[in-house]
Amino acid sequence: MNLILLFTMIVASAAFVGIAMIVTRWISPRTFNRQKGETYECGVPTQGQTWIHFKAGYYLFAILFLMFDIEAIFLFPWATIVQEIGMSALVGVLFFLFFLILGLAYAWRKKALEWK
Amino acid sequence: MFDFTNITTTIDSYLQSVLPHSLATLVECALIALCVIVAYLVFAIIMIYMERKVCAAFQCRLGPTRVGKWGLLQVFADVFKMLIKEIIEIKNSDKALYNLAPFLVIMSSMITFSCLPFDKGLQVLDFNIGVFFIMAASSFGILGILLGGWSSNNKFSMIGAMRSGGQMISYELSMGLSLLALVVLSGSMQISDIVETQTQGWFIFRGHIPAFIAFIIYLIAGNAETNRAPFDLPEAESELTSGFHTEYSGMGFGFFYVAEFMNLFIIAGIASTIFLGGWAPLYIPGLDRFNEVMAYIPGFVWFLGKTFFIIWLLMWIRWTFPRLRIDQVLVLEWKYLVPIGLLNLLIMTICVVMGWTF
Repeated sequence: MNLILLFTMIVASAAFVGIAMIVTRWISPRTFNRQKGETYECGVPTQGQTWIHFKAGYYLFAILFLMFDIEAIFLFPWATIVQEIGMSALVGVLFFLFFLILGLAYAWRKKALEWK
Repeated sequence: MFDFTNITTTIDSYLQSVLPHSLATLVECALIALCVIVAYLVFAIIMIYMERKVCAAFQCRLGPTRVGKWGLLQVFADVFKMLIKEIIEIKNSDKALYNLAPFLVIMSSMITFSCLPFDKGLQVLDFNIGVFFIMAASSFGILGILLGGWSSNNKFSMIGAMRSGGQMISYELSMGLSLLALVVLSGSMQISDIVETQTQGWFIFRGHIPAFIAFIIYLIAGNAETNRAPFDLPEAESELTSGFHTEYSGMGFGFFYVAEFMNLFIIAGIASTIFLGGWAPLYIPGLDRFNEVMAYIPGFVWFLGKTFFIIWLLMWIRWTFPRLRIDQVLVLEWKYLVPIGLLNLLIMTICVVMGWTF
């Protein structure tokens, strides 16, 4: 039942946006002007392309994020059974977090967390 | 406590008796979809009105007063205005992705919205991996923002989208870590289970110090996730015109706007569900009479009260603090919140294993 509901919500939200878009296209005015389609950059004519090589700083953080996000996937199942298995959960996660923090410390030491 | 499953099962059994099974399921799905969309719009309108009034109060103004009594119809007028605005076709954009972006943003926020427990039994999606599902569903809204900024082929949009991507994926980590600490405390990821446990005391009281630290981290991370000041770099109207949605006009912009407000509502809703007990009334062990009186207040009043309290808190932050720089934002996350979050997770585990919780 839950999966049907999830599917319902996906379809409903897509239909909501789609129908609103169709309605607004239907009732909104249309005028043609050659300058309307230009890229809006505060009135100055656009210089060159936007789709170029972009600052690498963002990608570095994305890679770091990947590392920690995988960790979150591993930790969620662990978190649900901490109360059942008690002490061994604590010991296990201590090792896990040790290596994780080692990774963060390495990135920190290599100045990957600085914004350049 | 009133259970809303009574009503839903009544409707369900009635429909099943009148219609064949598959058709009845279809009608139910349509009803649910309609309810969620209406609730989504109603809350969006309440939120926009509230934002204006709260903002006005913090700046010693009155806010909207002209349209309707106390400006109540202002938001409706704005929605109508947005509907009749012209949709401008951008010449150099990537058309398919440009049109896809609002879909992704709204879908992500609407699916997350349907995970919120408004009252006992008044919840659409209730998976056994609830918390994890909420994080997954809310994180693909980032894709919509990135696509919208990239495909409109505008330098301001591109910078806004990149900042937004970097900021939102970073802050998702500490959001995950703070929720993880509470999952350790509750021992379940199912939202209805988590709220049910909190009828015997809210988690922020039962988990005392680590839960409180997790709550603070969650509020900071949630504020950054919704791209609001002091983390509003993606839009930063004074430097990037309006960031990733510069090139969207009319309803395309409207969807980003609505999704932003609804994401605020969702963040506050999750905070009130997981930390402050959702629809669970205030419970103090030992004070039986007091607990009985509290249990008379309906669950959705509790949920909405807590949610709007947190929303008001976040709006207060938004209108008080100046904007950060992107390097400051990332340093705050990676050098402060992530280590504190990891340490807090460890403290919470020790507390749970040793039985130092209430």
